[in-house]
Amino acid sequence: MLKFVVKRLLWMIPSLFAVSFLAFVLIQLPPGDFVTTYIATLASSNEVIDQNTAAQLRERFGLDQPMIVQYLKWIWGIISRGDFGISFEWQQPVSGLIWERMALTLVLALVSLIATWALALPIGVYSAVKKYSIGDYTFTAFTFFGLSIPSFLLALVLMYVAAVEFGADVGGLFSPEYEAASWSLAKMYDLLTHLWLPVAILAISSTASLIRVMRANMLDELPKPYVTTARAKGLSEFRLLIKYPLRIALNPFISTIAWLLPNLISGSVVVAIVLNLPTAAPLLLQSLMAQDMYLAGAFVLLICALTLIGSLISDILLALVDPRIRLE
Amino acid sequence: MTDILSIAPRSSIAPGKPLLEVRHLVTEFPLRTGVFRAVNDLSFSIEPGKTLCVVGESGSGKSVTARSILQIIDSPGQIASGSILLHRPDGTSLDLAKLDPRSRAIRSVRGRDIAMIFQEPMSSLSPVHTVGDQITEVLRLHLNMSKAQARTEAISLLRQVEIPNPEQALDRYAFQYSGGMRQRAMIAMALACKPQLLIADEPTTALDVTTQAEILDLIKRLQQSTGMAVLFITHDMGVVAQIADDVLVMHHGVAKEYGPVEQIFHAPQDPYTRMLIGSVLKLEQKAEIRLARPPLDTSAEPILDIRNLSMHFGDMKALNDVSIALLPGETLGIVGESGSGKTTMGRSIMRLYDPTGGEMIYRRADGKVVDLAKLEGAELKAARRELRMVFQDPFGSLNPRMTVAQVIGEPLLVNGIARGRELDERVCHLMDQVGLDPAGRERYPHAFSGGQRQRIGIARAITLNPRIIVADEATSALDVSVRFQVLDLLMRLQDELGLAYIFISHDIGVIRYMCDRVGVMYRGKLVEMGEADKVCNAPDHPYTQALISAIPRPDPRDRDRSRRFRYTEPSPYTEAGNVKNGSTAR
Repeated sequence: MLKFVVKRLLWMIPSLFAVSFLAFVLIQLPPGDFVTTYIATLASSNEVIDQNTAAQLRERFGLDQPMIVQYLKWIWGIISRGDFGISFEWQQPVSGLIWERMALTLVLALVSLIATWALALPIGVYSAVKKYSIGDYTFTAFTFFGLSIPSFLLALVLMYVAAVEFGADVGGLFSPEYEAASWSLAKMYDLLTHLWLPVAILAISSTASLIRVMRANMLDELPKPYVTTARAKGLSEFRLLIKYPLRIALNPFISTIAWLLPNLISGSVVVAIVLNLPTAAPLLLQSLMAQDMYLAGAFVLLICALTLIGSLISDILLALVDPRIRLE
Repeated sequence: MTDILSIAPRSSIAPGKPLLEVRHLVTEFPLRTGVFRAVNDLSFSIEPGKTLCVVGESGSGKSVTARSILQIIDSPGQIASGSILLHRPDGTSLDLAKLDPRSRAIRSVRGRDIAMIFQEPMSSLSPVHTVGDQITEVLRLHLNMSKAQARTEAISLLRQVEIPNPEQALDRYAFQYSGGMRQRAMIAMALACKPQLLIADEPTTALDVTTQAEILDLIKRLQQSTGMAVLFITHDMGVVAQIADDVLVMHHGVAKEYGPVEQIFHAPQDPYTRMLIGSVLKLEQKAEIRLARPPLDTSAEPILDIRNLSMHFGDMKALNDVSIALLPGETLGIVGESGSGKTTMGRSIMRLYDPTGGEMIYRRADGKVVDLAKLEGAELKAARRELRMVFQDPFGSLNPRMTVAQVIGEPLLVNGIARGRELDERVCHLMDQVGLDPAGRERYPHAFSGGQRQRIGIARAITLNPRIIVADEATSALDVSVRFQVLDLLMRLQDELGLAYIFISHDIGVIRYMCDRVGVMYRGKLVEMGEADKVCNAPDHPYTQALISAIPRPDPRDRDRSRRFRYTEPSPYTEAGNVKNGSTAR
């Protein structure tokens, strides 16, 4: 087991290098660079920059060097100093920019994940056990609504309702007066009052799909002979459900951890933009549009690292939970 | 081993007070189109210490009967009427049919008064819990034992069912056990609370005959030491003859005949029972079709000559230096238990596997000789047209999304031999040949019964006028009354088309009925080879002798178990993969 983990960790190193290089190349593939985008932005406000200034800018950002040199400089900075470079657009170190937003991203993602699982797992089990009952049909109807309504539309509608009907302050995660304030109990409370709306929106669509998955998993497991064996032993329905089929039906969820982590960053871009949330996703989108290559590159690298770590964690958890994987 | 109870016919069914009385039981499954009665007005009783066998073909309702007793019928089935009276030793009686399937009362009966074991020991145990966990669970539930007590008790239970090193075995998982071990663990679990009645639903069907014999012995011995009654459900008349005191024959949910085992086998009253016994006895001898044939020309050049064939999967030698020859028009049987390499052999001949060593010399119709083991490309394709295969599972081997006409006609279509109207005509002709009505050719496989599906599989195999057909357990999934019909069909086609068969089976009865010569395989090696009569009746090799001795004879007067023994390999060679048998084909 330990050998397996070490081996996997060692393999992550070359994969990360390969992915970071690919990411770097991909970001540079569109014609032009940050300076062209910058000039275009200035031109739209009637400021003209001559060729010399542009060249100076390129030299200052190191954009005049060959791509491979730029890449090596960047990656060496990361390895030797943990320096992900400077964001052109923000004129700040990339790492600072990202970490600033990661905390809130994490809070939002975890809260909506817990909400999703807490709702979806029991409902999915209920739907499977009471297949074709009125309760099952009701939840099925709900899940189809949840699946078919795009989350940004839901966001808009809920924002409208919350703002117009209840006069709530929507958009963002803080009221303006707390935006720049340091952390205090009052700010925490302010966060909670803002958090429910994005959590609800994010949870609804993922709950819907998770209910369907859980229901299908349980329906696969329920007719298995080992469930009948447990029943023939005299176990109560509830105890046997929890101990046997549920335990095995949960396995597929553990594999979902692999894409849960990268979703922290890139998931729910549209909702985050619509709701004006200070999370990582809008920043990623903006950096890509501005060809802010160090910021974008750092994001892509982070997403890849999280994917690799996520799949490692889910593999380890699967092996711990399922003896068939551990022992065969 | 203790002697078997006297088999003298008993005067009546119930002299003492029975343990369980089932009266006019009706179990129904409500369907969209109406109500299906799986069990219809069934009455029987079981006395303490006795064995009642419920026998019947698939769909007879025997499993539903067993599940009705414990109220664990699969949804949406339910008991519609009738009573199931359990007479407890303290004098109280309980009508199980009146209890709610989820009530505390029925739960206290399950596992404590009445325990059950099932057919497929692998899937009947949880894959993610240790065997010990599953045994101690029932002890703690019904007997309120502490963890430590339950563990000690579970170890002694495992010892009782003869599982070696029970202390370690307790902490293992079901998939680390062999098939026979799993069934032993199931039995240990069922016997944990010393039930008065053990319901065994086809407990040995998925096991090899030698393992089956051991499990049957084990159940018998435990029954004698605890005095429990056994309700044994099976489709195998041989098993019934060996273990039953009383027999209940079921067909389509109704009892056809109910009486002492002696009467069922030697004086059956009901025509269905007679037919069932007749089909079983038929497989005890050579087929009539074969008796009418002239003797096989043994001087002819073999059509397929396998020399020193080996197939290794890593360290596992699935085929170890096997040499065997197939004569034109011959039926060659390959017999062996799971993991013996017989399926690997069939697949190697079809070149579904690339053998790791040896030759397979195939003599083509024009007299040219090729080595199948080395053929590639177009030549391999051509050879595959002449070698066809019939598979075991009539459900899994037909694509459910293709009509029967498409299934049968596909080889003609992909080889560019026929299309359109000509294809249709040939498909009709083929269906006629295998005894199917061509009018059903536009239907899908689910509309056909197991026996009919196997006929479809055979029609597909003979589509391209092959010369050799490899039949891998082609009849093991079929009911006994259908089994010999399919065998007769194969032999008729053999006469008509001049086919040679390689007939792979674990069933000696089928081999005796069908085959000219037999090869016996054991752990990848061919241990014996000879005339079918000789191998089936007076084998030379000790392994074959052990195999033959383990087969339950369909005659209750012939219950001598003393001649049964288990073959152990004489050489010091030890098998690493002993814990788990290598066959996945079954």
